[in-house]
Amino acid sequence: MLKAMLGEAWLAMGANRLRTALTMLGMVIGVGAVVIMMAIGQGAQYAVQQTISTMGSNLFIVLSGSFTASGVRSGSAGAPSLNVADADAIAELDGVMNVAPTHQGTRQLVYGSQNWSSQVIGTTPAFLDARAWNIVNGAGFGDSDVRSSTRVAIIGKTVAENLFGADDPVGKTMRIQQNPFLVIGVLGSKGQNLDGRDQDDTVIIPLSTAQRKVFGTPFLGSVRMIMVQADSAEAMPKVMENVTSLLRQRHRLREGMPDDFFMRNLSAAAESEAETTRTMSILLGAIASISLLVGGIGIMNIMLVSVTERTREIGIRMAIGARQKDILSQFLLEAVMISFAGCLLGLLIGLGVALGINLFTGMVIVVSGSAALIAFAVAAGVGIFFGWYPAQKAARLDPIEALRYQ
Amino acid sequence: MGPVANESVIRVVGLGKSYETAAGLFPALKGVNLDIQSGEYIAIMGPSGSGKSTFMNLLGCLDTPSMGDYFLAGSNVAQMAKDDLAILRNRTLGFVFQGFNLLPRMSLQDNVALPLVYAGVDKETRRAKARELLGKVGLGQYAESQPNRISGGQQQRVAIARALVNAPRLILADEPTGNLDSHTSEEIMRLFGELNAEGITIVLVTHEPDIAAHAKRQVKFLDGEIVSDHLTEHAPA
Ligand SMILES: Nc1ncnc2c1ncn2[C@@H]1O[C@H](COP(=O)(O)OP(=O)(O)OP(=O)(O)O)[C@@H](O)[C@H]1O
Ligand SMILES: [Mg+2]
Repeated sequence: MLKAMLGEAWLAMGANRLRTALTMLGMVIGVGAVVIMMAIGQGAQYAVQQTISTMGSNLFIVLSGSFTASGVRSGSAGAPSLNVADADAIAELDGVMNVAPTHQGTRQLVYGSQNWSSQVIGTTPAFLDARAWNIVNGAGFGDSDVRSSTRVAIIGKTVAENLFGADDPVGKTMRIQQNPFLVIGVLGSKGQNLDGRDQDDTVIIPLSTAQRKVFGTPFLGSVRMIMVQADSAEAMPKVMENVTSLLRQRHRLREGMPDDFFMRNLSAAAESEAETTRTMSILLGAIASISLLVGGIGIMNIMLVSVTERTREIGIRMAIGARQKDILSQFLLEAVMISFAGCLLGLLIGLGVALGINLFTGMVIVVSGSAALIAFAVAAGVGIFFGWYPAQKAARLDPIEALRYQ
Repeated sequence: MGPVANESVIRVVGLGKSYETAAGLFPALKGVNLDIQSGEYIAIMGPSGSGKSTFMNLLGCLDTPSMGDYFLAGSNVAQMAKDDLAILRNRTLGFVFQGFNLLPRMSLQDNVALPLVYAGVDKETRRAKARELLGKVGLGQYAESQPNRISGGQQQRVAIARALVNAPRLILADEPTGNLDSHTSEEIMRLFGELNAEGITIVLVTHEPDIAAHAKRQVKFLDGEIVSDHLTEHAPA
């Protein structure tokens, strides 16, 4: 029975090929758009997730200076309000896992005849722990290097490639601001951060060395930034609160005086970024779904025309014993078949375009099986939803009226 | 009454049908009574507009009466649901139209087999039955042809084969020869005669006395009422 009906639906679709093809085109475009948009949206989500996972979790930074309505203002005397002793005190707080005072800036690196400009970060070993950054070649430096201001450096992958080329950087000496530094380790790759900056274009050196030799701070022991990692996401608010009161106390700020530092929750920023891409992804899908809706309305339109055109045929079928549900399923099947065929084509074209986008722009594309499955379910749903009314109209026809129709 | 009712394929009591027109209700059929026994061969005659087609459509369960009762093979059709009527049209009776009413773009074999599809018969049986009946009406060699490739007389034969495919007790035909020339009409009438000889009850509408002469009983309509009902005097050899 079903097979016979499928055959008939196929015949009916073939009877007016151009019309069937055009109707299908609506579905092709709709499903294609949904697939492409979902691939792009999910790709963006994936990329952000990927970046967030390279950042390290439950992080916030404390910056010196006050945060006013007009923006960031450094301490009035120009001296950073934070110092290494603050960092040590923060490390003693409950719920704090890692604390790393840092001082960073962009500097020129020289190795032999090679030049490369890179971000130089002076910090303590805790920095790598907080950022969950491992060393793939060589070793890191220890707290003793920070105490004795040794001139050692750990470099990122981009620096290794651009400065040392094919050479193994470990054991080589490069210059930063005329000062020779021994490269003791190479960092694992982290790729871009949320702002699109290459995180592998980095050199990490002991904080004291950085302040003495590279940045030449007149206020030794002072830092502009302290990175703090909490035990857990739940502990974050409490830790941030405790850090605030600790620093106010240490800086002898009386009640009513503004903070001379401010904090930024990196993990929360990342979360909101992820939320943004998620929203964008849903929005893209929703917009694409509208074209699916338009495709569905196209099917309904054509099915209505078809029912009117075939009124006499419906009458004949009823006269020889077709029940209402026979007529209903005949037209419904036709609508679903058009919808399905369109969906299949749209899926293929959508995948092709998504792959093309990936190939030509390098944009991250994620095509999940569930997206394809959803597209199919939606197509079947659209076919049934928009096919229902015309099919119902056909099934409700009066046999004798339908037979009289010219 | 009991035994007679059991024998009747069709029993119509006070059957009436009014159409809604711009000028109000128009009574096309005004309370007709008729009994048709199994195996009868009846010709319905009457001038144009006398209600013959209206009556046939009611008998064929294609339309619903405005009043009266219609017993088909014992059950009262007037109170049946739409889908039950569809089953009656499918199994109990076969309808033959003046305009053949074959489905285009479908082979003759598929046309003949279509009632079997709605009866839920499997594909092999459908094929075999359709072939058998096409053979019976003398068109076995055209099984794969499309309806528009054959003549009107041949199309009407296919329509008869389709009406017969579910082995109905009753064939209803509204002017089956109305679109055919006299020679072809004779062939169709011969076919009806054979079917009746096999025991199938036949009711047909015609304007032509020659055609009506093939039937064993003649019923005349006028203005929505039966005005005469008698056996054919000289049944053909
Ligand atoms: N759907 C309808 N709406 C209104 N009036 C109708 C309808 N069908 C038939 N009639 C009227 O009912 C009357 C009987 O029509 P019917 O078709 O039964 O006549 P008939 O005997 O079959 O005529 P003919 O020999 O021309 O086929 C006619 O006057 C016709 O105009
Ligand atoms: Mg008529």
